[in-house]
Amino acid sequence: MTATLNRVPAPSTPTEATKPGRSRWFKDHLIVFVGALGLLYLFLPIFVVIVFSFNKPAGSFNYTWTEFSFDAWKNICQVPGMCDSVLLSLKIAVLSTIAATVLGTIAAFGLVRHRFKGRGFANVLIFVPMATPEVVVGSSLLVLFVNMGIPLGQVTIWIAHTMFCLSFVIVTVKARLIGLDPRLEQAAQDLYANRVQTFMRITLPLILPGVVSAAMLSFSLSFDDFIITNFNSGSEVTFPMFVWGASKKALPPQINVIGTAMLLIALLVVVIGRFIGARRAKAAR
Amino acid sequence: MSTDVFTGGGSLRIRGLHKHYGAFTAVDGIDLDVPEGSFFALLGPSGCGKTTTLRMVAGLEEPTAGSIEIGGQDIAALRPYQRPVNTVFQSYALFPHLTIYENIAFGLRRRKVDGIDAKVNEMLELVDMKHLAKRKPTQLSGGQQQRIAVVRALINRPKVLLLDEPLGALDLKLRRQLQLELKRIQTDVGITFIHVTHDQEEAMTMADTIAVLNKGKVEQMGSPVELYENPSTAFVSGFLGQSNLLPATIVSRAGDVITLNSEGFRLAMPAARAHSEGPDVQVGVRPEKIQIADEGQAPATANVIDGMIVDASFIGVSTQYLIRTPAHEELSVFSQNTATTLRAVGERVSVHWDPAHTFALDKDAADVEHAAEIAS
Amino acid sequence: MTALAHVPPTGGAAAPPPEPGRGNKLTPYFLLLPAGLALLVFFLLPILTLVNTSLQSGGLEEGFTFSWQFSNYVDVWADYWPQFLRSFVFAATATVLTILIAYPIAYMIAFKAGRWRSVLLVLVIAPFFTSFLIRTLAWTTILSDGGVVTGFLRSIGLLTITDFVGITSDSRILATPLAVIIGLSYNFLPFMVLPIYASLEKQDVSLLQAAGDLYASSWAGFWKVTWPLSLPGVVSGTLLTFIPAAGDYVNSTFLGSMRESMAGNAIDALFLRIRDYSHAAALSISLMAAIVLLVVYYVRRAGTEELV
Repeated sequence: MTATLNRVPAPSTPTEATKPGRSRWFKDHLIVFVGALGLLYLFLPIFVVIVFSFNKPAGSFNYTWTEFSFDAWKNICQVPGMCDSVLLSLKIAVLSTIAATVLGTIAAFGLVRHRFKGRGFANVLIFVPMATPEVVVGSSLLVLFVNMGIPLGQVTIWIAHTMFCLSFVIVTVKARLIGLDPRLEQAAQDLYANRVQTFMRITLPLILPGVVSAAMLSFSLSFDDFIITNFNSGSEVTFPMFVWGASKKALPPQINVIGTAMLLIALLVVVIGRFIGARRAKAAR
Repeated sequence: MSTDVFTGGGSLRIRGLHKHYGAFTAVDGIDLDVPEGSFFALLGPSGCGKTTTLRMVAGLEEPTAGSIEIGGQDIAALRPYQRPVNTVFQSYALFPHLTIYENIAFGLRRRKVDGIDAKVNEMLELVDMKHLAKRKPTQLSGGQQQRIAVVRALINRPKVLLLDEPLGALDLKLRRQLQLELKRIQTDVGITFIHVTHDQEEAMTMADTIAVLNKGKVEQMGSPVELYENPSTAFVSGFLGQSNLLPATIVSRAGDVITLNSEGFRLAMPAARAHSEGPDVQVGVRPEKIQIADEGQAPATANVIDGMIVDASFIGVSTQYLIRTPAHEELSVFSQNTATTLRAVGERVSVHWDPAHTFALDKDAADVEHAAEIAS
Repeated sequence: MTALAHVPPTGGAAAPPPEPGRGNKLTPYFLLLPAGLALLVFFLLPILTLVNTSLQSGGLEEGFTFSWQFSNYVDVWADYWPQFLRSFVFAATATVLTILIAYPIAYMIAFKAGRWRSVLLVLVIAPFFTSFLIRTLAWTTILSDGGVVTGFLRSIGLLTITDFVGITSDSRILATPLAVIIGLSYNFLPFMVLPIYASLEKQDVSLLQAAGDLYASSWAGFWKVTWPLSLPGVVSGTLLTFIPAAGDYVNSTFLGSMRESMAGNAIDALFLRIRDYSHAAALSISLMAAIVLLVVYYVRRAGTEELV
């Protein structure tokens, strides 16, 4: 054997083991530090929103801090039109969530549980709306409604919202459905459950978390939407549209109050959800 | 009609069962007769169609052709929930959102049976898991889940219980333990069990009758002893245990005895154990049936082949020898270590065996190697 | 867990193929009918109508007629190419910035969070329960000329540098490109954090250990192992950030000035104020086409097929 191995020099980089102490700790925790900074950055505007809800602005705009006050919280609906817009947003959000969740869940079943011609096309048709910028979706719907002579108002807003939530619902429920082992349904049938009973007792409970999260996603997308709504609302005013209009004329701190309230309610829902989940897990012991 | 199916006998009769998925044939014409109350195994390698057959009996797949009769009534057109059949799934398929109690009670509730509570508790006692009744399946170990899957099916007193490789996911020790438990339960309860497995040892331990499947067809069906001692195809001889197969030619038949010539050695065998017309066949004998004698010292009444030891592996209880014949064929011999001295590599020996242990198969070498490779 | 229906079953271990709708081959079509119809009528048809409108000529008074008026496109490109370009440049810059901010957050949650993981994930999403518009307005306060942040950055000289580069002016941040980019990069953070997190979370820890065993420093380990494997998440996040950012006009309205107007501003104006539908449609379609082309090219380059 004439081949000789070139002498491989021992690796010169001392790996962490030979550099104990402070710099090791720093390196390990650098990423935590940076990540935490990132999270703080994430909350910076929220912090501002919450703080400024307690502001009593001198002028009609709420950009600089004047003095602390509970006024905004005590007189939320004093601002003309704001509470109405919040109610409208809530109403539309509930209606479009129901529509999108029902249509989307049914469609997800069709997509996952069956093979059929045109499935690829269907998948593309569902995906493209999520990839289209809101300006285009909103403006195209406007053109359609104008051409078809449909008056712009609550109905057109509802249609528009249902549309852009639909794709998200389908994708979410699809993912959950794919993860559902079909053998569980087969086992149910093996144990004398007919198709309706199998669906009600096995399929539905198991996909319910997916449907619920799709519904929640749908609700928040709808409540918060501005661009698409702006194009299709006619004279109706939802809450985001109210803020848009107000930003030009007068920005009362009550807007921040609503924003803070939304955040708190959402956090409450999440916490309650976790609490219920934890209680269930405990009861099973 | 459905109520009729739930009364009557529990024997299973399958005729001409086919299943095609487009161009692919999973089951290619299977006939089976399973007597009521027996423990029947469907044995074969992956892809042989055993699971597909089972699922067709359960109603989870639709046959392309054929009939399936339980207690004399054809159930092939019935939905799974209309059949007096229950399945123990390979992955257990326990409902994750229901407690153990509710899982077991599921079938009874659907059929609106009385006295559910007593029956469920009886089953929980049977597997010693009463204290776990309120737990969810994910909180149990593999072995516990498997037992629950079994009682969830059994509690419904089906006429036929189908088991789809239920022990596959368990470790060896647990598997052995559960094999005995399942056999005991079957004997106690008297229900027809159909057990699908690829593990030949498991099949031989548990089953009264085994059907060996390969490529969608039944290769051979019989008791474990029959299949082992008298395989009728090269596949079966390679899949169940090990075989030695040598090329040979049938020289003559005289009444019950067939004489063959292999490499110049004269071999005799009972005519009933020849599964080929010949004249060219593969003659076979199991390695544990062969004994080793010094060269030329073999008894005259035995089948004898001379050769040289090329390998000797000491395994404690036995020694496994590899003997090379003059025509460079290799014979495996399992020798129980009753003697105090072992033979050495290079020794020239005469191996011999009782002619009654010989069997002859069709000349089809490919199947044997294939079967040996995929057997577990 | 779902077996591909065209792969024959390999025996007990694999899940058997799903039964193709026992009996009723029409079932999938019925199930998809409501949603499919809705998408066809309220998504596809509008887009087609938009294309149709973009090729019309005329005005609000005399009405619009279809006349293959491709000149509409030429008109809008000539008039609005600065906004167009600005949309893409801002969106691209904001996307890069978002990656830089989101990645450490996602990394921290995936690898260093332990029990706090789900809490942190909620914290990432929580800010976005507050209205999009309100959050953006808050940046107006944060970046205001007399505010703490602007003052601090001015004092350390950063604003002089950015003035020089051209993304701010007069040592202000508000009503400059920088403000718009900051707004854009903030608003889509969760859409970047979550996919990257999902991608990182799936990674096998032993891969990094193997890299270390083979003499890689932590930086090399990250760059050669973790980063490439997290690319699918980065790609998803990029798409979920870039596409809405390119079409956004809220940020440029609140945080920018007329000089920072983007394609979205122009489309909004053309549709809702000027009511020049044919030109507005042409601009809209152009924006969509440009985005689709970019996305397709980007996805091809990145090599990821499965996005949904």
